[in-house]
Amino acid sequence: MLLRRLAEAPGVSGDEGEVRAILREEVEGRAEEIFCDAMGNLYARKGKGKKPRVMLVAHMDEVGLIVTGYEKSGLLRIDKVGGIDNRVLISKPVVVGKDRVPGVIGAKAIHLQKPAERKKAIPLENIFVDIGARSQDEAEKMAKPGDYVSFTAKTVDIGDNCLCGKAFDDRAGCAVLVDVLKEDYDLELTAVFTVQEEVGLRGAGVAAYTVQPDLALVVESTSASDVAGTKEQGHVTKLGGGPAITLMDSSYIAPQTMVNFLVKIAEKLAVPYQFRHLATASTDAGRISQSLEGIMTGVISVPCRYIHSPACIISQEDWHNTVRLVKGVLNAIAEGGLPT
Amino acid sequence: MEIRRFLADICETHGISGYEHNVSALVRAALCRYADEVRQDKMGNVAFYKRGEGEEGKRPRILLSAHMDEIGLMVTKIEEGGFLRFAPVGGIDPRTIVGQEVILFGREAMPGVIGAKPPHLTSEEDREKGHEMETLYIDLALPEQKVRKLVAPGDLAMIKRESLALAGNTFAAKALDDRAGVAVMLCCLRGLEKMRHNADVFAVATVQEEVGVRGATVSAYGIVPDIGIAIDVTHGDMPGVPEHETSQLGKGPAICLGPNIHPKVGAELLRLAKEHRIPHQTEVSPGPTGTDARAIQVTRGGIPAALVSIPLRYMHTSVELADLEDIKQAGRLLAYFIATVDTAFVEGLKCY
Repeated sequence: MLLRRLAEAPGVSGDEGEVRAILREEVEGRAEEIFCDAMGNLYARKGKGKKPRVMLVAHMDEVGLIVTGYEKSGLLRIDKVGGIDNRVLISKPVVVGKDRVPGVIGAKAIHLQKPAERKKAIPLENIFVDIGARSQDEAEKMAKPGDYVSFTAKTVDIGDNCLCGKAFDDRAGCAVLVDVLKEDYDLELTAVFTVQEEVGLRGAGVAAYTVQPDLALVVESTSASDVAGTKEQGHVTKLGGGPAITLMDSSYIAPQTMVNFLVKIAEKLAVPYQFRHLATASTDAGRISQSLEGIMTGVISVPCRYIHSPACIISQEDWHNTVRLVKGVLNAIAEGGLPT
Repeated sequence: MEIRRFLADICETHGISGYEHNVSALVRAALCRYADEVRQDKMGNVAFYKRGEGEEGKRPRILLSAHMDEIGLMVTKIEEGGFLRFAPVGGIDPRTIVGQEVILFGREAMPGVIGAKPPHLTSEEDREKGHEMETLYIDLALPEQKVRKLVAPGDLAMIKRESLALAGNTFAAKALDDRAGVAVMLCCLRGLEKMRHNADVFAVATVQEEVGVRGATVSAYGIVPDIGIAIDVTHGDMPGVPEHETSQLGKGPAICLGPNIHPKVGAELLRLAKEHRIPHQTEVSPGPTGTDARAIQVTRGGIPAALVSIPLRYMHTSVELADLEDIKQAGRLLAYFIATVDTAFVEGLKCY
C-alpha cells in the first residue's frame, strides 16, 4: 500500500525530496502534466483547458528536527521544525541527514533524577541526538548543521483495520490524491503535493498562485482525541467516524456553501462523515482561501490519533471513505458545476 | 555467534521481571555449548557450570551474575473505550514512554501505542510538566468489547524497539540493562575455552533484579560460591549529569570500589586489567550497589563480592546505548581473573 511507504519516508519541512520522488513515480502516467515549482511543490494535472479548474492539495512535509550544532562530547544540538511537543521526542530512534545516519534521543537515567526534576518536561536545550560519535570531530564527519532529523517508524497494522506509524499528517492526504488521480473527471484537475505546511503553510500560497483554481479542496489529517480521560466535548474527531469536515480553524472559516456541498455529497454517497470540533490549528486552506482574489476552499481530513508523534493511528476505513468523498466531490462538480 | 547479533536477539526479546522465560531460552541456547552443565533453579535463574582443572573438592567456586530481566509495564485496569491503565514493573520514568509503540502480551501479542492527554486540551503550562504514569494509557485501536476478550489485568507490555548499530562500536537497544552483562558472560566463557583454570565457574543469568535483586539472592545461596562477581551496567556520560558521576563509553569496563566490593577482589581485578593492558576505569560506590553484588555479598555467611560494569547512556529508556568493545574487554578481564584464582587467593580473602 502506497500510504505505508509514503509514511515511512523521511520528509521534514524543507526536506521533502524522498516523498516527492515517491509521489512523482506514482503519478507518472496518471496525469498529462507533471512539474515542480521553485519551492518544491509537485503538481500533477489532467484535463487541461477544461472548466472548471479544481485544485486538490495535500502536504508532503512532516514535523521533525534540524541539526544546529555540536556538543564537545559528539552529541548533536537540535531545534524543532514545526509543532512538536518536546515530550514526545524522548527515548526515540531517528535518522539524520541525507545519508540517514541512525541516532537516538536519550534522557537522563531515572536513577540520577531528583524527584522535583521528574515532574518537569525535559526542556529542548537538554535534548540532543546521539549518533554514537565520541567527539565533535567524529560527529562533524557524520552530520552537518542544517541536516534534517526525522523519526523512524515502520507503518504497521494495529487493532481493527487501523495503521500505526509516523507522518500520516499528511501522507494520508497525499495517498488520497494519488488514488483520486486514477480516475478521469470532466474538469481540469491539478493535484498539488505541497511543501512546508508545518512551518507556516509556506508552499500552499505559491501553489494557489500557480494553479489559479476556481475551487480548492485540501485533504488533511487531523487530531482524533476520542481517548481515555477525554470527555466527549474534547473529541476533535473520532477514529473510525469517517472523514472530518472543517468548519473553522485558526486561519480559515469554511464558506457555508462549501460545507453544505460536502455534506450533501457525503449523504448522497452514504459516506460516514463528521465535523471537526476544534477551532484552532490551521491547514493549507488558510493560505489558499486568501490567495489571489479569494479562492473557494474546503477541507476534508482523515482522523489521526497521536498526530505529530512517531506512533500515530489512523483507520483504513476512514482513509477509504475520504477517497470516496473526494472522488464524489469531483464527480459532482463535473456534473453539476461549482457549489453556489 | 557474533556478539552484536546475540545482543540484538536478546535485547529485542521480551523478558520483563518475573517473566523471563523468552529471553532465558535464547540465553540458554547461546551459552550452553560452553558449559558442562546447565541448571535452572525454582525462581528461573539459569546457571551455566564450567568445571575447573583443580583437584576435586578443592576447586575455588566463582560466581558470575548478570541479570536477564528488564523493566516493563503491567496492565492494571481496562477503561471505558478499551484503553488500558498500567503500572511500571521496575523503575520507569513516565516521561520516556509517551508516543511509544508497545507490544501487549494478552491472549495474543498485540501492537499498541502509549497515549497521553491530547495537545489541544493541554495548556502551555501543562506542556512544561512531565507526564505522570497515572495519566498515560495503552491504546490498542480496538473496541472495548474486543479488548475485554483479549486482555486482562496482569498482562504485560514492553516497549517495541529494534536495536540500532550506531557510530563505531556503539549499539542502542532496549534492555541493554542488563543483557549487556549476559553478553559479557558469553565473551568470558568463550575466552575460557582457550585458557586453563583451576576454579569452577558458575555463570548465572539471574531474574528479577529490577524489582529488588531477588534472583541473585537465591542463586548465590544455592551455588555457595567463594567469590561472586556481578556484571551490570553503569551510567555512561550523558547530558545533564556531571562528568565525575559517570563512566565513559568506549574506555573499557568500570571496576567498582567501595563497601560492597571485597577489597582484595577489587584490587586483583585492577591489577589484572593493568597487567593485560585491558582498558578499564574505576567507579566508586559509597554503599550497597544497585546490582546483584548487593545480594551476593550478604548471602549465607558472607561472600566476597565484586562488580564489573559496562558504561551505558540513558539507562531505563528504550534507547540505552553502549559500546560493544567495552563488553568484549569486560569478558577478557573476567576470563583472566578466573584463570588466576587459586585456593591460596580464596583463603586470603578471609585474612584481614
